[in-house]
Amino acid sequence: MFGWEFPPHILGGLGTASYGLTKGMHANGDMDITFVIPKPWGDEEKGFANIIGACNTPVAWRDVNWDYVNSRIGKVMDPQLYYDLRDHIYADFNYMRLNDLGCIEFSGRYPDNILEEINNYSIVAGVIARTVPFDIIHSHDWLTYPAGIHAKNVTGKPLVIHVHASEFDRSRGKPNPTVFGIEKDGMNNADHIITVSNLTRRTVIEKYGIDPAKVTTVHNAVIPLSDELLNLERRDRKDKVITFLGRITMQKGPEYFVEAAAKVLQKNKNVRFVMAGGGDMEAAMIRLAAKRNIADRFHFTGFLRGKEVYQMFRDSDVYVMPSVSEPFGISPLEAMEMGVPSIISKQSGCAEILDNVIKTDYWDIDAMADAMHALVSYPALHNSLRDRGIEEIHGITWEKAGKKVIDIYKNVIASRG
Amino acid sequence: MKSVCFYFKIHQPYRLKRYRFFDIGNDHYYYDDFADDEIMSRLAANSYMPMADTLLEMIEKSNREFKCSICISGTAIEQFQLYVPEFIDKLRQLADTGCVEFISGTYAHSLASLEDPEEFMREVKAHDNLIYRLFGQKPQVFANTELIYDDDIAMLVSAMGFRTCLTDGAKHVLGWKSPNYVYRAVTAPSVKLLLTNDKLADDISMNFNNPEWDEYPLTADKYVNWIASLPEEEQVVNLYMSMDTFGSFLPAGTGIFEFMKALPQFGKEKGVMFSTPSEVVGKIKPVDEISVPYPISDIDEARDVSAWKGNELQNEALRKLYAVAERVNLCDDRRLKQDWEYLQSSDHFYYMSTKNMADGASHAAFSPYDSPFAAFTNYMNVLADFLVRVEEQYPESIDNEELNSLLLTIRNQASEITSLKKEVTSLRTDMENSGDAAGEMVVEEKVEKAPAKKASAKKAPAKKAEPKKAPAKKAAAKKATAK
Repeated sequence: MFGWEFPPHILGGLGTASYGLTKGMHANGDMDITFVIPKPWGDEEKGFANIIGACNTPVAWRDVNWDYVNSRIGKVMDPQLYYDLRDHIYADFNYMRLNDLGCIEFSGRYPDNILEEINNYSIVAGVIARTVPFDIIHSHDWLTYPAGIHAKNVTGKPLVIHVHASEFDRSRGKPNPTVFGIEKDGMNNADHIITVSNLTRRTVIEKYGIDPAKVTTVHNAVIPLSDELLNLERRDRKDKVITFLGRITMQKGPEYFVEAAAKVLQKNKNVRFVMAGGGDMEAAMIRLAAKRNIADRFHFTGFLRGKEVYQMFRDSDVYVMPSVSEPFGISPLEAMEMGVPSIISKQSGCAEILDNVIKTDYWDIDAMADAMHALVSYPALHNSLRDRGIEEIHGITWEKAGKKVIDIYKNVIASRG
Repeated sequence: MKSVCFYFKIHQPYRLKRYRFFDIGNDHYYYDDFADDEIMSRLAANSYMPMADTLLEMIEKSNREFKCSICISGTAIEQFQLYVPEFIDKLRQLADTGCVEFISGTYAHSLASLEDPEEFMREVKAHDNLIYRLFGQKPQVFANTELIYDDDIAMLVSAMGFRTCLTDGAKHVLGWKSPNYVYRAVTAPSVKLLLTNDKLADDISMNFNNPEWDEYPLTADKYVNWIASLPEEEQVVNLYMSMDTFGSFLPAGTGIFEFMKALPQFGKEKGVMFSTPSEVVGKIKPVDEISVPYPISDIDEARDVSAWKGNELQNEALRKLYAVAERVNLCDDRRLKQDWEYLQSSDHFYYMSTKNMADGASHAAFSPYDSPFAAFTNYMNVLADFLVRVEEQYPESIDNEELNSLLLTIRNQASEITSLKKEVTSLRTDMENSGDAAGEMVVEEKVEKAPAKKASAKKAPAKKAEPKKAPAKKAAAKKATAK
């Protein structure tokens, strides 16, 4: 498997989903999974997958002894694996900027030279593909498609790509042609494509012109939260709290949340609204809230990380995700698990599998405001969604999703004879 | 001779329009007239009118030997009057043949029988009055909303003077017993129970157009044969079906109307009669009594009331609604009372059922809402506005008993004032006629008498309310002046 992020060092939903899926597949048994990421930190959870760091894979021969290798990268990789990989260098990459072990440096993030990093990742993939035995290649999101294609070309093994998001979702309809090209190339070369929702599946079929028979939806699931997070104390306060949590960007539809909040506050003064997260539209949203004259009841928290996110859920009475286009959207599932009823847009992928949420069109501010009002005014509705929601979430496991992916593998391998 | 009783159910609720929370307090009209109009007109064209014609033809061709009964709700009648008045004429024609019996029921197809016995009895009375006014029949047989029934309801039915009640032949109540007999209610032995035969009804309504059914296609010949070949002692088959099944769920193209038209002929050949329920209970004696401790209905596989009272949303909405029952009945605001009637329709609660998420798509299929949560939100918004209006009538700080006595006092006073006025004028004329001194004395005496009478009228019902009287009286007085 080729991935870009892996918990605990994650920047978005991709890492969580890759991790959950890998763990779920492992739970189904009889799988050896090698997971390649650009840069491991050493504190990743091990046991269900063999994690290889691209930044620790040599692409040029360096004569280094065991102790040296062990002291340099022993924390994240078995030195023996380093030597195995070194035996499979397939070309001379000494013209590149390499370190003392003959490896390429990776940031493991989304730097400005991301295209270069993607290319380097693909070079490394060639070494790994020649070293590690496997039956199938699985690439998570466009960053790793070139690596997947490379591995496929080297070994002739089938390639499955996993579309967590497409350029059309990220850019709200105005794709970057380079990214689009990489995605299209990945899809054309893939033996099978997995999408995280039917919404994304349609995008892949319609916008990228892919044969529908080749595209299957496997909905994401949710990793059960730890007891520590579930038992967070609710901070005491009088007013009801309605929360938006996510990147404040065009894709997430924050302006609809502000407008709906203004409608609710006209009628009901005992509600506070919180917009948690950061993003390029944050300043615009602060101005909009001020313009609607609700700034005294509308609060911004800035970017929240780790435990703060769950504390925010714990303090909320309602969670709202008005995304304009959301391939899947894991946060309503987390909110529900924390016992917070959610309002989500019909344009989000998770709306396809969730029953115990309120679904509105993202542009239907009246409906959204009405749902907010109902959830803070009618306790029966709140309690019903809370209790049924928790129950529902417990039935959505990565193990089931993993089973589906394994079935897809089997079909792909079988169809190749 | 076996008897078949057809009960054709006709009910339509007033559907609620989309009502947002910011409409609360601003907009007091709750109904989706366009949807009602569209649905009524469509169903009338496809189903109600052709079915009524079919029944008329069957009655005529069989020399009035074909008989059946109709259960129609008050809200349905009102909507026919608005949108399809010609159907009311059709029903009158059916009534005039003397072969169609109208069945008693609740006005709004409500759940009052489970929530509020007094409201239930009021509604039944309102329904039966409407039937009498339109069709000249005083209903003798009672069939509750979706045949909801239990031992307590049996007592209410008996108290209202009914001697016959229809309910569902639910398997979990009957056990090994057959529904094809007449039974007695255990708590009200004077009430005879007729039980529906769901299997034979489903064979028409569910299976008639189902090619996968092993008896497909169903012919009138075959169907009558099944009934004729029931054991000798089983004398009555009650078939309770929604009238819009004919022509709508089973479109005319399936041949359903022809199937119906052929029934009387085959019935005659095989010795199967088509009767009204009153005829049946007139000639068949009850064989046993039946006890139903928990309410049953004819809805869903479970045949219980969980379709309307199965989750906390429904229970909350019902609780909030019926909490003001007494209040609404005390007031005399015509529009408020009308809304009260319409908001009780069981359909609103049916839409809130969360059962469709697990099983049976039937809930979702009939609901105009996206989800039970949307149904609940919309209903609660409407209800919130309605409750504000009830509150405006009489402040919540006065309890019902007190309010009742105050209203009684006001009414008594009003009637007293008029009678006293009459006396004063008659005395005036007397005075003018007779001598001055004598006249004055009489007036004094009358004035003294009046307040004493007032006090006694007030006292009787208002014992408990005594300490709080002063502020309450003011409010009531204000109300009185406002009118």
